[in-house]
Amino acid sequence: MQDQILVSVKDLHTHFELRRGVFGRAGIVRAVDGVSFELRHGEAIAVVGESGCGKSTLARTILGLYRPTKGQVLFEGRPLDGDLRWYRAQIGYVQQDPYGALPPFMDVHRILTEPLVINNFQGDRERRIREVLEEVKLTPVEDFLYKFPHQLSGGQQQRLVIARAMILRPKFIVADEPVSMLDASVRVEILELLRALQRSHDLTVIYITHDLSTVRYFAERIFVMYAGKLIEKAPVQQLLKDPKHPYTQALLAAIPDPDPANAKTFKKVPPGEPPSLVNPPSGCRFHPRCPAFIAGLCDKETPPEFEPSPGHFVECWLYR
Amino acid sequence: MTERPVSQGQLIWRRFRRHKLGTLGGIIIVILMVLTLFAHFIAPYDYATQRRRFAYAPPTKIHFFDKEGRLSWPFVYGIQRERDPRGRWIYRENTDQVYPIKLFVKGDPYKLFWLIPTDIHLFGTGERDLNSPGQIFLFGTDDVGRDLFSRTLIGGWVSLSIGPLALAISLTLAIVFGGISGYFGGGWDNFIQRMIEVLNSFPGLPLLLALAAILPPGLPPAISFLLIIMILSILGWGGTARALRGLFLVLREQEFALAAKAMGASNARIIFKHLLPNTLSYLIVSATLGIPGLILAEASLSFLGFGIRDPMTSWGQLLNQFTDSTITNLTYHPWLMIPGFFIIVAVLAFNFMGDALRDATDPFSVQGR
Repeated sequence: MQDQILVSVKDLHTHFELRRGVFGRAGIVRAVDGVSFELRHGEAIAVVGESGCGKSTLARTILGLYRPTKGQVLFEGRPLDGDLRWYRAQIGYVQQDPYGALPPFMDVHRILTEPLVINNFQGDRERRIREVLEEVKLTPVEDFLYKFPHQLSGGQQQRLVIARAMILRPKFIVADEPVSMLDASVRVEILELLRALQRSHDLTVIYITHDLSTVRYFAERIFVMYAGKLIEKAPVQQLLKDPKHPYTQALLAAIPDPDPANAKTFKKVPPGEPPSLVNPPSGCRFHPRCPAFIAGLCDKETPPEFEPSPGHFVECWLYR
Repeated sequence: MTERPVSQGQLIWRRFRRHKLGTLGGIIIVILMVLTLFAHFIAPYDYATQRRRFAYAPPTKIHFFDKEGRLSWPFVYGIQRERDPRGRWIYRENTDQVYPIKLFVKGDPYKLFWLIPTDIHLFGTGERDLNSPGQIFLFGTDDVGRDLFSRTLIGGWVSLSIGPLALAISLTLAIVFGGISGYFGGGWDNFIQRMIEVLNSFPGLPLLLALAAILPPGLPPAISFLLIIMILSILGWGGTARALRGLFLVLREQEFALAAKAMGASNARIIFKHLLPNTLSYLIVSATLGIPGLILAEASLSFLGFGIRDPMTSWGQLLNQFTDSTITNLTYHPWLMIPGFFIIVAVLAFNFMGDALRDATDPFSVQGR
């Protein structure tokens, strides 16, 4: 199973039109702009990037919530278009803000019943609800079954969101910053829970985060996203040890290091701001901030994907 | 199977009960509803029967002690009509004629619940002769000698049912159009919003008066009742639909709407099961505060003589008698204002209940777990 391709994303573009007034067109937001990758069965990957680089849009396009402008997503070789009902039971969605993701007037039982009813789950629904609550460790189940989201703690809410994503026994989970809204003390528990579920159910997981320090817990490969593109894709250890793209290098350098000697110094961060997705820079999108900028090339031509070492892909002219 | 701690309904009920004024309002509404539902039975007379000999008779006194001061079964004295020095009819009690109040007496025929024909009334003197002095008019009579108590009860049915019925129609319209408008947005949104604007730019009262005026005078009361409901609800849904659209615009962007979409819920399911319940608190407030408005709208229409017409009656229509000779009527026949008191009580009760329900349905309220 391990080597079978479950999901493949081909040259995916998701653009949004900015409107002004009724007919005016103010521009196009290129939130996802040419993304391709393949995920094997049971593989966990992490997508990292700054806020506003298109991570969440990528997640939602893969979930079939947004229609891609160009390119396509294939699940088990079947393209996502038209009626996606077959796909819904195969995929779970774990959101960033667990409180917002849970309808406030439904109790736990009702929240977990919804996906079963919508996807016409055959079999013992009550039993499945109990099973999944036990799996996410909301136990004893009886204490939680008829509670409302606002009666749960943040960590419990996120467990419930995970339970909802898991209840239809999906093959594929998209977790969009699942721990960024939680207390630091709860984060590790939730990540470990996700990891355990991923292993025991042989799940394919896309873990989206802006926090490189949590990636190690989780993923086998890391994709670095910048301004709507995946600029570097590599196995975790390789990327952490030997980052190729100047942006990835800067990102890694910016991870806080809890050494008292660093208390008085500041980390070096790339100058400038994340680029606008409406008018992205020409050529390589990182070139205005890049320390290794090659004039006449980086600002003119968009770099294609190079493979400096096997399995390590990078979109940067330095590796041409 | 485990027992449920407390259901949402129980929670709402508990919090509602804690609200004293709201509970009082609820009790008053229930009492009024029961009174008006059994109106024909409780009322001693038919609402249209005229006892011309007793025009403008004041409320009849019920006596519990006879002439010798002994406690007795409640009775009324015969009503005797004479002219005062100015030539106006005045009424006195003739203490020689005693009419004990009887329970479950035969009287004017009617249909219980508009279905079962019968002529049993809860109480009365049992006198079938329209001119018999043994009459019981708890709230007095009007200009043609119709019993105001009976008319108030029977008219109450019209006044109290117009509100909820018109509201049911206008809320349905508001939910459907507001929901579509807010959830789908785009062209539909634009179209529906412009439609509401056109609707809201009609001048309400003049339009109602004009519509009522072109209705043929011989229209059966049931039809004109339904027409008033239609007119009130068609004119009334715009504002609520607007507010709902705003709520849906916010709600559809919420993460839980996205979650429902990601699990494959249909648009209708998302709108009605996932988003609509979030507007419940607003809907309840808008409904309970809307009912008094509709009661008052019907009352104003009928008061002006364009709503419910004689001999059919409603609380507003009963006040219509003040339009001709206000001062004289008020000075000499103050009991004619009693239906107005019922309007005030009903409107206040609905407002109190709405307020309590709003607090009780708020899912974020912590008190009253």
